[in-house]
Amino acid sequence: MPELGTSSDIVFMFLFFFMVTSQLRSNEVKVKVKLPEATEVVKLERKDLSSYINIGSPTAQYQAQFGTDARIQLNDSFKTVDDIRDFIAAEREAMSEADRQLMTVSIKADQDVRMGIITDVKQELRRCSALKIMYAANKAAAK
Amino acid sequence: MSKRKTPGLNTQSTADIAFLLLCYFLMTSTMDQQSGLQRRLPPMPDKDQKTEDTKVNKRNIIIVKINSADRLFAGDQLMDVSQLKDKIKEFLTNPANDPNLPERENKFIEGFGEYPVSKGVISLQNDRGTSYQAYIAVQNELVKAVNEIRDDFSRAQYGKVFANLNEDQQKIVKEAIPQNISEAEPKDVTKK
Repeated sequence: MPELGTSSDIVFMFLFFFMVTSQLRSNEVKVKVKLPEATEVVKLERKDLSSYINIGSPTAQYQAQFGTDARIQLNDSFKTVDDIRDFIAAEREAMSEADRQLMTVSIKADQDVRMGIITDVKQELRRCSALKIMYAANKAAAK
Repeated sequence: MSKRKTPGLNTQSTADIAFLLLCYFLMTSTMDQQSGLQRRLPPMPDKDQKTEDTKVNKRNIIIVKINSADRLFAGDQLMDVSQLKDKIKEFLTNPANDPNLPERENKFIEGFGEYPVSKGVISLQNDRGTSYQAYIAVQNELVKAVNEIRDDFSRAQYGKVFANLNEDQQKIVKEAIPQNISEAEPKDVTKK
């Protein structure tokens, strides 16, 4: 029988590659988010310093309970605009003093969402003085 | 005592173990790049503070409006998203020194010298019924306009595009061509 001594090394290399390049899936997305496309996007620099606000209509399994209107998802549950304040406070608390200035709130909204709800979210963020925001968007191929 | 030969370690299963680990990381990880348009929101005005009208000269401001039917107005003109970029570029550069377009003010930039910086501000207004997609498309065009002006400037000054400049040079270019996009106060929120 031929020796297959190197195969485990190769697989280990694969493993390390994935461990280094990937980040753990943060949480389950309960709203349908199809990000809009834009050509001038920049990369989010510090993923560890960003919080996510998902906005979109609930996915099929939650529609019976929450309807099809656009909803806000923070962490793992559906929330309202008023809950953003606590959410931001909690996220800030988890960061070190020096990093709080650099916190970015990434708004991941579905492309079919109306601006009304996003305006509300933006106003609430201003009230919590979380001013660094990012409109999440996918990079479109430049025409 | 006769030396016994050490038995060979059975390593056939290590590959399987590594495979299992690999599968675990494949399942639990995401590789998608987070990207988007970065913005800085204006701080909330104090409640007691009188809303001072920081009167911006009318020629220095262009109002970009998107209505609930996703129609775009820029400076009172109905236009398509594809036309917006050139309009904004013209507004920000003001090549012909048109008195209706923003004025330029000589400003001293460290490491560069005096440069006439445009005082133009883009005011973006939207309706509650505007779709997010249209809003991002417009935001994207605005950023694109500024980026193209920055590229032109970088090429003229340093012979490279903005992205290839070093950090100090990028800072200078950013100061010479600021990205002044103001996302207006939503009308129905301030009217409390």
